[in-house]
Amino acid sequence: MVTLTPDPSFYPSPRMAQKAPPEQLAYVASFDPERQKPDALAVVDVDPKSPTYSQIVGQTEMPNLGDELHHFGWNACSSCLCPNAPHPHTERRYLVVPGLRSSRLYILDTKGSERQPKLVKAIEPEEIAEKADYSRIHTIHCGPEGIYANALADAEGNAPGGIMLLDHETFEVRGQWEIDRGPQQLAYDFWWHLGHDTMITSEWGLPETFENGLVPEVLLGSGYGRHLHFWDLHTRKHQQTIDFGKEHQLVFELRPAHDPTKAYGFVGCVISLKDLSSSIWTWYRDGDKWAVKKTIEIPAEPADPDQLPPVLQGFKAVAPLVTDIDLSMDDRFLYVSCWGTGDMIQYEVSDPMAPKETGRVRIGGIVNRATHPKAGKLSLNGGPQMVEISRDGRRVYFTNSLYGAVDPQFYPDGIDGWMVKLDVGENGGIAFDESFFIEWPDGRRPHQVRLQGGDCSSDSYCYP
Amino acid sequence: MPDNLAPWLAIAGLGAFHGINPAMGWLFAVALGLNRRSRGIVWSSLVPIALGHAMSVLAVVELFLIFGGFVSARQLEVAGGLMLIGWAAYHVCYGHRSRVRVGMTTGFAGLCLWSFLLATSHGAGLMLIPFVSSICFPEPFAPDLDRSNSWASGLRVISVHTGAMLLVTATTAALVYEVVGLAFIRRAWLNLDLLWAICLAGAGILLFL
Repeated sequence: MVTLTPDPSFYPSPRMAQKAPPEQLAYVASFDPERQKPDALAVVDVDPKSPTYSQIVGQTEMPNLGDELHHFGWNACSSCLCPNAPHPHTERRYLVVPGLRSSRLYILDTKGSERQPKLVKAIEPEEIAEKADYSRIHTIHCGPEGIYANALADAEGNAPGGIMLLDHETFEVRGQWEIDRGPQQLAYDFWWHLGHDTMITSEWGLPETFENGLVPEVLLGSGYGRHLHFWDLHTRKHQQTIDFGKEHQLVFELRPAHDPTKAYGFVGCVISLKDLSSSIWTWYRDGDKWAVKKTIEIPAEPADPDQLPPVLQGFKAVAPLVTDIDLSMDDRFLYVSCWGTGDMIQYEVSDPMAPKETGRVRIGGIVNRATHPKAGKLSLNGGPQMVEISRDGRRVYFTNSLYGAVDPQFYPDGIDGWMVKLDVGENGGIAFDESFFIEWPDGRRPHQVRLQGGDCSSDSYCYP
Repeated sequence: MPDNLAPWLAIAGLGAFHGINPAMGWLFAVALGLNRRSRGIVWSSLVPIALGHAMSVLAVVELFLIFGGFVSARQLEVAGGLMLIGWAAYHVCYGHRSRVRVGMTTGFAGLCLWSFLLATSHGAGLMLIPFVSSICFPEPFAPDLDRSNSWASGLRVISVHTGAMLLVTATTAALVYEVVGLAFIRRAWLNLDLLWAICLAGAGILLFL
């Protein structure tokens, strides 16, 4: 897998990556919530000129049951061009696909098999437990020291969760990333500022508090994650914790600015115990420390308790449940998935301290059940969830399932999977592509989307 | 001018080869300049990069010269050859795998350390051994060789090598920062890893023969 010149999908800077050609295929993790058939990686045709546009054109089934495929990533990406640790001649070729429930890692080769990725290696949970003492693999990122994978728990299912490193050529598990984790115990997402040598990690909870669904007592007792952790990316030592306070629970997806000179980013907090609102916080550099500020608050919407699942009935309101966010390559637009209310909201964030709403669409939702022009039915369930943006920022894709055990707590009548696409106006504004609606087949549910050649949450950059 | 020009040309040529390699310094200097929006940073970064490289090469060459004072020419050649072949094998197997210790916020000391570690793991100093050997221990091998003379030769080797490297690094960094732009590395960054491993192993085998 070594080439003479750098992989053409690597770009030194996010400015150059924006000029990349449009993606033709999307890879979508899909899992069987019943754990009766294997999970699969689906391949979706996203080329509008193709006769099979907006269809699943390939699928690779995993060899096991009950993996719950989650936030997968590439073996290599634009950070391979970084000057301090270059790997420019590694190919972006393999998808590294984690099973959140099984703690297994699959390596899928897309070269020459773009529409039917070939399974070339499975890393079993025993190997991960032995070499890194972790389990419940959640998110994958390609980075300066190879492949980074984070885990929500240790090998026994307890704290601490954390990050491990994999060799980006042999896929050998190299061990825990952390050298000094300080007070960090919980894990959810991680990403970094390559220009500021900083790793950031967020928090969910331990497996016993999510593998059978969220536990209301833990939530109301503020027992889920509510901290951000900042680390030195190269000494791998913990530097700072920021506590969002008892009111705020589930600090999830991290979206640092792509421009390596900018020292800020956005993180979503799923729920406020005070009023069920969701919030977006901006982290930023304040002197020689990091600081956060709540810059967006999305209120809960009053609702008839009869239309609400048991977990929300007492509150007589539907929580927005911001479970994923994504930042465009030019750091100009932030997309916010409100899985509860069914909104996908676009904010202009050129001033990261003062986001302005510039677009909104509604689909699904606990109460609204809004439909799509191509859906052919009056109501849809599930809501905007994992969201991915094309490198040029003109197309946005998203799916509607959160997590097998949590889906029925908010959508008790089940979730029928779908994937949709938005077109983005040159200066903001979003609208459904009326010809793009995929009803997910075989009872599986779609989760994370990755775009061929890279997207806005796959690559990081060392040059502005 | 030294009597035998060929080894000196090779020593300078190897320096130029490192200099033009994006992985060995000029790209880091350009990146720091771009991130900090400062032309001055590009130039000032070149100093620790050259210094780190020189220290790595110096350490290897001087160790070789000290060692050379105690063993026969043949033993020296065999030891040097084995080292070179071993380094080539390491490169092929583990060259892609490196602990990253220095990042984009680094300063003078960090860059110096980065360059030192990089040149050392690359085998930059080892690669000079066949030429140092021919300059400092010319045939026929003289056991009563003047050690101070050979050490001075070692310093000359390092100066020529690092000077050539610095000249090419600085020229490339300036050209890319001022004229060409970064996009060109997407196509022009040629993979010389295999070639370098072959050079290391080849030099090792030549020492043996």
